[in-house]
Amino acid sequence: MSILIFADQHQGKVAKSSLEAVSYGAALAAQMGTQAIALVAGTLNGDGGLGAVGASKVMHMSDVNTSDSQQLTRAILSAVEASSAQVVVFSHDITGKMVAPRVAARLDAGLIPGATDLPNAAFVVKKNVFSGKAIADIQLLTEKKVITVSPNSFGIKMTEGTAPVESFSADTGKAGIVVKEFKSEAKDGEIPLPEADLVVSAGRGMKGPEHWGPIEELAKILGAATACSRPVSDIGWRPHHEHVGQTGITIRPNLYIAVGISGAIQHLAGVNGSKTIVVINKDPEAPFFKAADYGIVGDAFEVLPKIIEAAKVHMAAK
Amino acid sequence: MKILVCISKAPDTTSKIAFSDGNTKFDENGVTFIVNPYDEWYALVRALEIKESMGGNVTILSVGGADYEPIIRKALAIGADDAVRIDAPEGDSLFIAKQIAAYAKDKQFDLILCGKETINYNGSVVPGMVAELLDVPYVALATKLDVAGQTATIEREVPGGHEILEVQVPVVLSAAKGMAEQRIPNMRGIMAARTKPLEVIAGVNASNSTQVVGYSLPPAKSGCKYIDAEQAGDLIRLLSEEAKAI
Ligand SMILES: Cc1cc2nc3c(=O)[nH]c(=O)nc-3n(C[C@H](O)[C@H](O)[C@H](O)COP(=O)(O)OP(=O)(O)OC[C@H]3O[C@@H](n4cnc5c(N)ncnc54)[C@H](O)[C@@H]3O)c2cc1C
Ligand SMILES: Nc1ncnc2c1ncn2[C@@H]1O[C@H](COP(=O)(O)O)[C@@H](O)[C@H]1O
Repeated sequence: MSILIFADQHQGKVAKSSLEAVSYGAALAAQMGTQAIALVAGTLNGDGGLGAVGASKVMHMSDVNTSDSQQLTRAILSAVEASSAQVVVFSHDITGKMVAPRVAARLDAGLIPGATDLPNAAFVVKKNVFSGKAIADIQLLTEKKVITVSPNSFGIKMTEGTAPVESFSADTGKAGIVVKEFKSEAKDGEIPLPEADLVVSAGRGMKGPEHWGPIEELAKILGAATACSRPVSDIGWRPHHEHVGQTGITIRPNLYIAVGISGAIQHLAGVNGSKTIVVINKDPEAPFFKAADYGIVGDAFEVLPKIIEAAKVHMAAK
Repeated sequence: MKILVCISKAPDTTSKIAFSDGNTKFDENGVTFIVNPYDEWYALVRALEIKESMGGNVTILSVGGADYEPIIRKALAIGADDAVRIDAPEGDSLFIAKQIAAYAKDKQFDLILCGKETINYNGSVVPGMVAELLDVPYVALATKLDVAGQTATIEREVPGGHEILEVQVPVVLSAAKGMAEQRIPNMRGIMAARTKPLEVIAGVNASNSTQVVGYSLPPAKSGCKYIDAEQAGDLIRLLSEEAKAI
């Protein structure tokens, strides 16, 4: 028996959300008295830092088209067999969403998508539902089980050491999907929004794209990612991948600073899992204040420079 | 193109979320149901656009009880040709996927389009399971879809950029924002929808692999601490010393 965790990598670097999934798998393995085995497809440097987050072994497959959900599924299924895994863990990121359902369907296993906590003894797992407006306790009833871990919910737990790497190969069959092109959009040093610990976000209250300077500056000083409300990306003031909310992406950073966003329920759905929420709005009646930990009622254009100054001083002293 | 669009029923995005039966059931009292937004705005509309440019047929499929019929009629009013309801009790993702796959198995659909996720369960699970059960390719969270001949070109956002993929139909995909723009049904569509075929079929036998034990609401925030706008810089101190967020 074992717990098998699929760890996604981009250009040889294991994704932060996957390190978290491995920590989750390691804690689950400890709970069940078994070992946590990480599985990596593609480029791997050393043990990918997976030993230090709790993996006792790393299985490595080098030749897999990780964009092809069928091939990746076949590879994972043979690793499940080789490791006699009882539970298969993924991050609830784009790769997890693509392959975890396939793996579960093939194993005829129950799947909990986006778990926020470890299972209890009866294998009841917590998951956010209704776009963060409620929590469900869901029991896995099948012998084999699949869990995807909601990013930034469990945290990365550092331990000691490195894990032995074992190379592994599997017959992944014919590719059904061909990657024609990859258009890079990441600016140097930019933090991907779904993984960000700190997020500075702004809405229609900023009045126009030319006023985003202070938002970007504050984000840069704090080392935060930037986000926006839906109308802002709809009218093209900001790129689509910054759109958070019910119809955009869901994030759970440690800190979410919302500037000039009213706090409509569909916006909150994407951010209400954030640990600390700061709201800056000139309207004291803005609904967002009800969801906030800290609030500043004032004009963003007067308030932001003061915050930026204080942030500069703080970061310099750190 | 023969296209299947799987639609699910979801509470209106402004609904009050409450539970009944000892917190084991969603309280539907006073709740308006809509077509799950991803299924309607993106999957269905893109299916119609493809049909309009290449010809073909768009079928709506829902797994659920008679309470699904209003939302199925809405999808027909927007422009789908016909619909099928698999009359099955509420089940979990694998149960639903097995119903969809059993129906689609011998129907030769070129495209099976789903939404990115349901806004009540937030699974992102059903379409991937359907693809595996049918043994066809699956692309999750597609933001663009074009079809030429038998080749589908699909774009999706991945960490750090955009990926452009090519795949031969049949393919299953889940639609995210970007794929199409919402369409509002007009009077003619609404009238036509009343007489479009809506077939009700029995489901296949399948058991549930998961079970909801109970629901709860997230702990309420303890309240907002206000900082005077003149002293806005104080926020940074509080975030560092009190919230330990920076
Ligand atoms: C089905 C559905 C799905 C949706 N999905 C999403 C989603 O995923 N994400 C999303 O964000 N929205 C979504 N929406 C839209 C949502 O309902 C709101 O319309 C939207 O979030 C409002 O964006 P906003 O707060 O930026 O703009 P507004 O509502 O226009 O608010 C602007 C705010 O800025 C404040 N302001 C103005 N000037 C200043 C100033 N100088 N300084 C400080 N504050 C100022 C105002 O007081 C106001 O509160 C969805 C809607 C529907 C119906
Ligand atoms: N009961 C259902 N009937 C038809 N399609 C469904 C049903 N439930 C989910 N789907 C489809 O699967 C997608 C993802 O659902 P989920 O895995 O629940 O997040 C939805 O956007 C729908 O397209």
